[in-house]
Amino acid sequence: MAKPAVLTHPESLKHPAGPSAYAKDPVNASMTKEAKIALYTKMARIRHFEQRCIRIYQQGKIGGFLHLYVGQEAVAAGTISLLGKNDHIITGYRDHGHGLMVGMGMNECMAELTGKVTGCSQGKGGSMHYFAPDKNYWGGHGIVGGQAPLGTGLAYAVKYQGLKGSCLTYMGDGAVNQGAVHEAYNLASLWDLPVIFVVENNGYSMGTSQERSTAHPGCLAKRAEGYNMAWDVINGHDVYEVRAKTALALKRAHEESKPTVLEIFTYRYFGHSMADPDKTYREKEEIKTYRDKKDPVLLFEQELLREKVLTPELSQTINEAAMAEADKAAIFADESPDPTLADITKHIYWEEDNRGPKTTSRGTIIFE
Amino acid sequence: MAVISYREALRAAMRDELNRDENVVIMGEEVAQFNGAYKVTEGLLKEFGPKRIVDTPISEAGFIGLGIGASMLGIRPVMELMFWSFSYVAFDQIVNNAGNIRYMSGGLINCPIVIRGPANGGTNVGATHSHTPEAILASHPGIKVVCPATPYDAKGLLKAAIRDNDPVYVMENTILYNDKGEVPDEDYIVPIGVADVKRIGTDLTIVAHGRAVITSLKAAEILEKDHGVSVEVVDLRSIRPLDEETILKSVRKTHRALLVEENKPFCGVDAQVAYLIQSKAFDELDAPVHRVSSIDAPQIYCKRMEDLQMPSVERVVAEALKVLA
Repeated sequence: MAKPAVLTHPESLKHPAGPSAYAKDPVNASMTKEAKIALYTKMARIRHFEQRCIRIYQQGKIGGFLHLYVGQEAVAAGTISLLGKNDHIITGYRDHGHGLMVGMGMNECMAELTGKVTGCSQGKGGSMHYFAPDKNYWGGHGIVGGQAPLGTGLAYAVKYQGLKGSCLTYMGDGAVNQGAVHEAYNLASLWDLPVIFVVENNGYSMGTSQERSTAHPGCLAKRAEGYNMAWDVINGHDVYEVRAKTALALKRAHEESKPTVLEIFTYRYFGHSMADPDKTYREKEEIKTYRDKKDPVLLFEQELLREKVLTPELSQTINEAAMAEADKAAIFADESPDPTLADITKHIYWEEDNRGPKTTSRGTIIFE
Repeated sequence: MAVISYREALRAAMRDELNRDENVVIMGEEVAQFNGAYKVTEGLLKEFGPKRIVDTPISEAGFIGLGIGASMLGIRPVMELMFWSFSYVAFDQIVNNAGNIRYMSGGLINCPIVIRGPANGGTNVGATHSHTPEAILASHPGIKVVCPATPYDAKGLLKAAIRDNDPVYVMENTILYNDKGEVPDEDYIVPIGVADVKRIGTDLTIVAHGRAVITSLKAAEILEKDHGVSVEVVDLRSIRPLDEETILKSVRKTHRALLVEENKPFCGVDAQVAYLIQSKAFDELDAPVHRVSSIDAPQIYCKRMEDLQMPSVERVVAEALKVLA
């Protein structure tokens, strides 16, 4: 076996840790103390929820895949913290952080992981398929890049209905080589759709580093030029920077109805999924470097301590509360019932679930 | 009642629904300026403008996926595929996204999209443009598939499909586009999942869908005239949902069944219909169920051979006589 490359994903390490250069950006400077604490709290909640998931997975209670977001919190937190009522989001399978950010409860999220009927999708979707359309969250999609056309369509619908909104369409760095993504890029730009493609570049498409998967040596966002689209790159360890640069893309979507590609450099601390032993494609030292120097939750905590928005005591309280909430969610998931055998054939067709005078379908639609 | 073509009936359905619901949009390759590759959407751009009638690039995964996403937010896109054969490059969108999103969201999201276009062989264009994917798609719970054979059904089924809250895939046939028939001007729908007895008979039931219905009706005429046999022809119209009762009722009357489809035989629609008949009407049968389908090979280009590859009137007559022997 070839020796794994060291620091194959150095892009985001180029950015210095320390005080954020974007703290004074209007979108951040205008935040109230409460809003900053709330944002930190949400990041801490994502972190503790995900870390609690590891234990439940190891107990064998979560089946299938579990793709953790630990290390990437500032991406979902920074971008989603800016959204208004006509802004929508859709993402791939690493979708827990986005769900918690839009306001989904830990209980419904945890119960979905353990396949319980109290889960957000009633145990029918699992880790990769969180949905909360009432909160403008359209999933949670398992096929790499398959959500890119859907997000473009959500943006199309917003524009068609004459609303000033957008759709943030997230994907990983592995998705940018999928054809569906390029087709979505082309349509978004051709039709001036208010979509923001957020490429969460954590350096590895599963276990394949960017240089082993992507021919162009430059940044992934630059591909936007091929479609006459605006683009930017963002240090995803600094939630202030994420907010500042995403705000510009949102303005472009809202004011000009134009798309943007944002590549956000980030890093995941755990394997691609829990099934990934994480021993073949990167060095432990690389992970440690990120954990020690670039952790987005710690960096934001330090930022807020410097700003005297947070105190060590308040931070401790917030983190303990998030841990307790995750513990409670684990108990809720444990104690919740499974879906029933009869539930297997529900939620397949709207017409079948709503049979009545208004439905027009007849005949057999679920077969023995 | 006006006599119009299958093509005009489809267009009338779209025009009605565009007028009825402002969220209906027509989208696809060449549907607007070009007036439709098969002229089904001819004149709609002029009548409804570019917001409602939208030309797309040749980018099926992109624009079908876009339509699915838009439908989740309440738009009712009617997407034209120039050929259903082209759906294969958008398979992930058509099956994984449209077909699964309601289920995987525990019923939180609907996908009221219509995808329509021709799905047929017999036009001398070779294997890649001659697919009939109704069985492939109907095998996925979450998806509805209809195959109109007449102008009346084309209009009624397409209107029902556009009003339906689930993904409905409408498979048309280029060879039928010029067929004419009586079609009401007034508003009507053909409910999805209701078969139609296109010819009443007593000695043999032929079950068919799409153009195979037309072939079977011609065969029935010959069987009556030359062989004195009374044939009932059941047009499925909808593949999923499937009108099991109408099929079974007819078989219980005639006690003999011949299944005709333009699909290839393996895992075709009629494999399911044959299973249905044996499982629910076995004791009613006086003879084994027979099938006529296309010869099991990729669609051949040579027109003379393609005509033989697909179910012909002669083959249907010959197979019917075997069931009746």
